[in-house]
Amino acid sequence: MTFMKKTLAASIAVAAASSLAVSTAQADMSDGEIRIGYLADMSGTYRDLAGPGGEAALEMAVEDFGGSVNGSPIVVFSADDRNSADVGANTVRGWIDQDNVDMVAGLVASSVSIAVTKVLEENNGLGIVSGSAASSITNEHCTPNHIHWVYDTYPLANGTAKAVVEQGGDSWFMLTADYAFGHALEADVTKVVEESGGEIVGGVRHPFPTNDFSSYILQAQGSGAKIIGLANAGADTVNAITTASQFGITQSGQQLAGLLIFLNDVHALGLEATQGLLLTTGWYWDMDEQSREWAQRYFDEVGRMPTMVQAGIYSSTMHYLKAVEAAGTDDPETVRAQMAEMPVEDFFARNGTIREDGRMIHDMYLAQVKTPEESTGEWDLYEILSTIPAEEAYRPLSESQCKLVQN
Amino acid sequence: MTMIFGVPLAVFMGQLTLGLVNGAFYALLSLGLAVIFGLLKIVNFAHGAQYMLGAFAALLGFRYLGINYWLALFLVPLVVGAFGVLLERFLLRRIAHLDHLYGLLLTFGLALIFEGTLVNFFGVSGARYATPEILQGGLNLGFMFLPTYRAWVLVAALAMCLFTWFMIERTRLGAYLRAGTENSQLMQAFGVNVPLLITLTYGFGVGLAAFAGVLAAPLYPVSPTMGSSLLIVVFAVVVIGGMGSILGAIITGLAMGIIEGLTKVYYPEASNTVIFLVMILVLMLRPVGLFGKEA
Repeated sequence: MTFMKKTLAASIAVAAASSLAVSTAQADMSDGEIRIGYLADMSGTYRDLAGPGGEAALEMAVEDFGGSVNGSPIVVFSADDRNSADVGANTVRGWIDQDNVDMVAGLVASSVSIAVTKVLEENNGLGIVSGSAASSITNEHCTPNHIHWVYDTYPLANGTAKAVVEQGGDSWFMLTADYAFGHALEADVTKVVEESGGEIVGGVRHPFPTNDFSSYILQAQGSGAKIIGLANAGADTVNAITTASQFGITQSGQQLAGLLIFLNDVHALGLEATQGLLLTTGWYWDMDEQSREWAQRYFDEVGRMPTMVQAGIYSSTMHYLKAVEAAGTDDPETVRAQMAEMPVEDFFARNGTIREDGRMIHDMYLAQVKTPEESTGEWDLYEILSTIPAEEAYRPLSESQCKLVQN
Repeated sequence: MTMIFGVPLAVFMGQLTLGLVNGAFYALLSLGLAVIFGLLKIVNFAHGAQYMLGAFAALLGFRYLGINYWLALFLVPLVVGAFGVLLERFLLRRIAHLDHLYGLLLTFGLALIFEGTLVNFFGVSGARYATPEILQGGLNLGFMFLPTYRAWVLVAALAMCLFTWFMIERTRLGAYLRAGTENSQLMQAFGVNVPLLITLTYGFGVGLAAFAGVLAAPLYPVSPTMGSSLLIVVFAVVVIGGMGSILGAIITGLAMGIIEGLTKVYYPEASNTVIFLVMILVLMLRPVGLFGKEA
């Protein structure tokens, strides 16, 4: 009996001690787990620039981090937002209410991101926007509950439009996708073109998504503008460029300026149709040793070279996990503050810092699509022409309308 | 310069021409739907996916078997049409006696399966299908530069529409078909194999979609989602023309292409919705559609 009692007592003591140990280690991790929700367009127009490939990048980051933070396992949820703001916002509401998701990653279509970040603000969550373009996400739509990672329309305009005007392309016709992102890009481009001494002579706003661009290309042709600016993205851009080449746009002396072109777009269109195109990018897989090394690992896993968004998803997830580890908690406010405190310097971001408006500023690059002769392989698509330093690339805080910035 | 409602005449004419090209396309697609609905009473929601399969078959046939465009234009409708025959024989026939809604759900489910499977393998960025050499370049019409290929699409699509109309409305085979759907028991009593006729008609409708798919391959990036956005518009065209009316589908297709084309000039933001506005108006004023017969 005594023996029994002793063992019983001992085992209770051990159990209590071990549970105590567990609860100390996980004291500040809600539910004892780090829960990340990946929300993106998994099946529509924007699938290939983030989509399942972005989820793969996120899983890579979790794996490279060791699968847990301070003993708390990392769990990944994922969902398709189908490019719908309603679907996105409802999914995230469910994640927060029912699954206690700590951080929402991915976030592609700008309209979805704006809706989701509102939900995050109301529920004190945390989101890292990697795929979206609208600069308004950290301007009039900024919240203390999200960070915008890879790029936005401001550097796209600042890089590409400026370079094009400097090369003599001073009259523009804008082909704009008719929603939040297109409007933001159009506004940013108009500002840069006019400031650089150019002029917007006309434009048309097309529904998103659009199947047939022939009518718009014809209008652009009739406008007499030297440059046709494409303020759209994904399949719309691919479609517009294809149609423009059918209508002999370049032969008749006009030039296209793709303002948001992803690696997968150029890959799909082929170099014959895209050669010489100027574009601004946040990252390119072949820009240096570090990038090549990570991209090769990604390629071995996924079978395609990563876009800047997919690379950014890895980079931002890594940064988030490091911040959780350093702060010892997954409390959104503390983690966001911790993330902003640590500089971002990895294979993706150079000179990266997170500003108070939630914008992660880092060096951006002006690139040109190679000619078929210059290219040495299936994914050898860009040449990096110049670096746009982080402080010059993004909208200065002095011009910010974000409520978190004291102006 | 002559202006039409504030738009230069040349631009107006250009948009009219492009609208006609798109309209011929709508006509071809809605024709297939109208044939299938008119004769089989199946609301074929897989039509967009079958159009996409046509484009993909052309692309993959060229990539892996070296089948050129002209051969594809002939072969692909046969292959995809044969696939349609299998669908009818083994799936659709089993629910033929049920409410139309079941056919709609089944074909919609099939469409999602086809699209999802191809998205999984090919992504959504789309691939390029080269325009055949003889149709490259363009025609200078004076008021616009019309790519030769688009002119060809207009001709080929209209020719196919007329051929189909002739087959169904003016031949003995067509007469059997129409009679078979009207009163299949009586036709069977006359010794006509009605189930076979129905299977072949579905195959033909699917073949029409695939034909449109091959025509579209050099125009638009070939992607698994290329059919889904088009399908809804094409359905609207069929509803406006009158469900099941062959001639109605052709004429309405052309007209809607033109209306959509002009909207793209005057108020581009509404270009995706204008056809649905017309549909609502038609349904309010003439519920059976412009060319539909009163029940």
